[in-house]
Parts: sequence; C-alpha cells; structure tokens
Amino acid sequence: MDNLLSTYFYPAAIIAAKSVFLITSLLITIAFLLLADRKIWAAVQMRRGPNVVGAFGLLQSFADLLKFVLKEVVIPTKADKAVFLLAPFVTTVFAISAWAVIPFDAGIVLADINIGVLYILAISSLGVYGIIMGGWASNSKYPFLGALRSAAQMVSYEVSIGFVIITVILLSGSLNLSDIVNAQSGDYGILNWYFIPLFPMFIVFFISALAETNRPPFDLPEAESELVAGFMVEYSSTPYLMFMLGEYVSIVLMCAFATILFLGGWHAPLPILDFIPGFVWFVIKVCFMFFMFAMVKAMVPRYRYDQLMRLGWKVFLPLSLVMVAATATFVVFFK
Amino acid sequence: MIVVSLLFYLFSFIMIASAFMVILSRNPVHSVLFLILCFFNSAGIFLILGAEFLAFILVIVYVGAVAVLFLFVVMMLDVEFKSISTSVISYLPIGMTIGVIVLAELMLVLFTWKRDYSVTDSSIISKDMQYSNTEMIGLVLYTDNILFFQLAGLILLASMIGAIVLTVNHRPSAKRQDINKQVERDAENSIENIDMKPGSGI
Repeated sequence: MDNLLSTYFYPAAIIAAKSVFLITSLLITIAFLLLADRKIWAAVQMRRGPNVVGAFGLLQSFADLLKFVLKEVVIPTKADKAVFLLAPFVTTVFAISAWAVIPFDAGIVLADINIGVLYILAISSLGVYGIIMGGWASNSKYPFLGALRSAAQMVSYEVSIGFVIITVILLSGSLNLSDIVNAQSGDYGILNWYFIPLFPMFIVFFISALAETNRPPFDLPEAESELVAGFMVEYSSTPYLMFMLGEYVSIVLMCAFATILFLGGWHAPLPILDFIPGFVWFVIKVCFMFFMFAMVKAMVPRYRYDQLMRLGWKVFLPLSLVMVAATATFVVFFK
Repeated sequence: MIVVSLLFYLFSFIMIASAFMVILSRNPVHSVLFLILCFFNSAGIFLILGAEFLAFILVIVYVGAVAVLFLFVVMMLDVEFKSISTSVISYLPIGMTIGVIVLAELMLVLFTWKRDYSVTDSSIISKDMQYSNTEMIGLVLYTDNILFFQLAGLILLASMIGAIVLTVNHRPSAKRQDINKQVERDAENSIENIDMKPGSGI
C-alpha cells in the first residue's frame, strides 16, 4: 500500500497541482491577451477599444466573464441536447490539454514526452470536433453550414501544417519539443533559429495557423455577413464563453508552437542577453506572435471560400512538399 | 502494475461499450461519435503498451482525418431514424453471418498464433531500448520491410488516382476561374468609355 502511494499517488498529486497552476495562469494570461487583441484591433481602426472597466479597461475580460456566466443558457427545442452541451467542452478541454507538452523554459514543462510534436498535432486536429458537433447539434441552417466549412478548412490546412512540421523535424532530428528548441541554440543567437533557413515554411505555418484556428482572414465558419455567427449562432451564456475560450487558447497555443518551432523557444536573440531568464524570452516571443495574429485580424479582408481552398491545396501543399524534399536532401547530403 | 491493469480494463471496457453503441444507437451521427470514442480508447491501450507513436498516429489519422470525413458524410445524409429501426430485423441474418465469419477467423488466428522469436531477437529491435519508439518503427519499416512499405504506398497512390478518375467530371461548358487573369484585371483594361447614340444598342 505504501508502495502504491509513493509510486502512483504522490506523482499524480504533484502533476495535478502543476496542471492546475498551468491552467490558472494560462487562463489569466488569455484574459489579458483577449483585451490586447481588442485594443490592437481598435487602435488600427483609430478607436479606443474597451476602456471603461478598470484602468485602461484592463478588467474588461473579467467583466465579460461575469456577464456570460450569469446569463441564461438557451438550448434550442429541437437540438440534440447532449451533443449540443458536449461540443463547447470538447473544444475547451482539447485546446487546454495541448499545453501539457509546451516547454516554457529549459526543463519547465509539464510532460516532456518524446513525441510532443505529434501530441500537439493530434490534439489540435481534434479541435474540429467541437465545431462540427456544435454545428450539427444546433439543428439549424447557419450553424450547420458553418460547421461544414470549418471541417473542410481545418482538415485542408492540417496537411500543410504537417509538412511544415516535418521540415523542422528533419532539421532538428527529434520529435521532442525541448530538443527542437535546443537544436536552435548556438553562438549566434537569432541567426541559429529555424525561421531563417525555413523562412517560406515559417510564413506557410503562420498563415495555416490562422486558418486552423478560424482567425480572420479565414474566419469563414463564423463569417457574420454570410452565416450570422456560424456554428455559434445558437449558443449563449457559458457554452458560448467556452467556445470563445477554447478558440483563444488554441490561438495562443499556435503562437507558442510557432515560437518553439521557428523562433528558438526560450533562447535569447543575442548571446549577451542570456542573463534574462528564458521564460521571459518565451513570453515575449509568444506575445509578438499574438500581436501579428491581431494585426492580421485588423488589416486583412476576409477570404472567399474557394480562394481559401485554392490557397491550401494548390499553393501551400505543393510548396511545402517541395520544401520537405529540399530539406531532406540538404540533411542527407550537406549536414 | 495494478494501476496499469486497472487502466487497461477501463480503456477496454469503454472501447467495447462504445463499439456496441456504434451499432445500437439509432442516430447515425451518434454512432460516428461513439466510433471516435472507440478509436480514442484503443489509442489509450497503445499508450499502455508503450507504443506512443502508434497511439498518436492512430489519433491523427483515424480520429483527426478519417472520422471527420465520416461524420461529414453522415451529417449530410438525410436519414429517417424510424426506417432504420424497422429495417434492422431484415438485415439481421446477413449481419449475423458476417459477424460469425469474422469471429471464426479471429478464433482461428488466436489458436494457431505462435510467437516468432526471430523478430524480437533481431538486431534492429535491441532489448536495451537505446532507440525511441519512433526511431525503432522507422528502422524496421525502412530496412527489412521497405518492399511492403513501398507497395502499400503504390496501392494507395493507385487507389487515389482511381478515385479521382471515377469522380472527376470535366464539363467543357463550365466556367472556370483563372486567378492570374483576375489579379491582372484593373480599371484600365476593363472599363471602356463609349459614346452612345440615343436609341441604338452597343
């Protein structure tokens, strides 16, 4: 019995405590990033954005949280209740669980598994289920159309994301995220990061990440001019909040993933700056990526659906295939 | 070990239960969702075995891609639930026959199964676990079994081309978009000033 406690119970308790800490800090960060997203969007359009709740509107996200939680949950009469309520949970749970393998600094990672890249790929490909289930279970036209669009879009862009990741894996020689970051360390700081040799792939990854997370200009599943709010039309109150939360968590996850794959994770851009803790660099890089996501949302008009599919299958897929072949050739013959 | 076996029984119980629900539930969409749960739990069993690469590939390929398309098709079907429940009995004999045949085959495999020690003792799969899961699969797949690997790839390619040939529908009258033409088009070569005389067409 004592053996059982020391082998299973105590490690499980420690992991649970770490997970709770990770999730709490992640959600608080998301609250402020959401505000930042709205502020950047407002600044580009020369508006002020949310500025009433708290100083500079800093507490706006928490006010929104209260508002959503206190409202009534409306479930359509003809909806499939179980699936309807399961869908937002699926979205949020999968989005948060992907964070388990993200290394924030050397050794600071919840689960340092050997196939972290595959884990993230698997979990992020499951995010589509929340959307499909929500769209179908609402039993209404617009959500269903939104769900169909979203499913096709996410499956298409996963292909190119997969190939982009393969090029990074070929260069680093590992599926472990910490090893991928360490493969980008060196004496030259920023010049060692993978976004320089793989610059086209970095761009492809960035755009595919926008499409994968249903961000503008690829937010066709929730295009308000065509589908009201897409798969979220029938959702209100807390279920809607969970959809929004899941979406933002996976956006920040994609930022962190791009940071790890291309921007050297926790490494400093210049060797002189090594005294600053790696965690700070990681957060700065993730915030930079998020800023880019927000700027794209503010500046780029929405794509047409056929343009989106053309970009995914006819431009990104051949480009990333060629890059995979080129990188493999380089690794075999020149490295 | 007791926790591992408990986990195994948990995963396999949910897996078998959801497999039953796939055929028992009236709503085809629910069936597909139970199928996904079934895939998930089999991935869990792979994880217990220590085959994490296979587990995640199972999730990525089957849950992330195949089941999405499945769900896609099932959702688009306009099935009436009542007709399904009445037709179950008429399909029962065929279903039972197939089930019995598959069960018999599984039994045959189970009782004539022998462990081939030459595979586990071969030089590639060394016992001291110096390679990770992924590397071991790669080493076996690309050396000893390269022929089968390439054959499988060829078969998949052929079937993909076959599916495209069967479904492609070239209509010469269909209007197509040429992105380059669309991008090149500007005000100068698309707007024309015409001095119209009243009463006449262009």
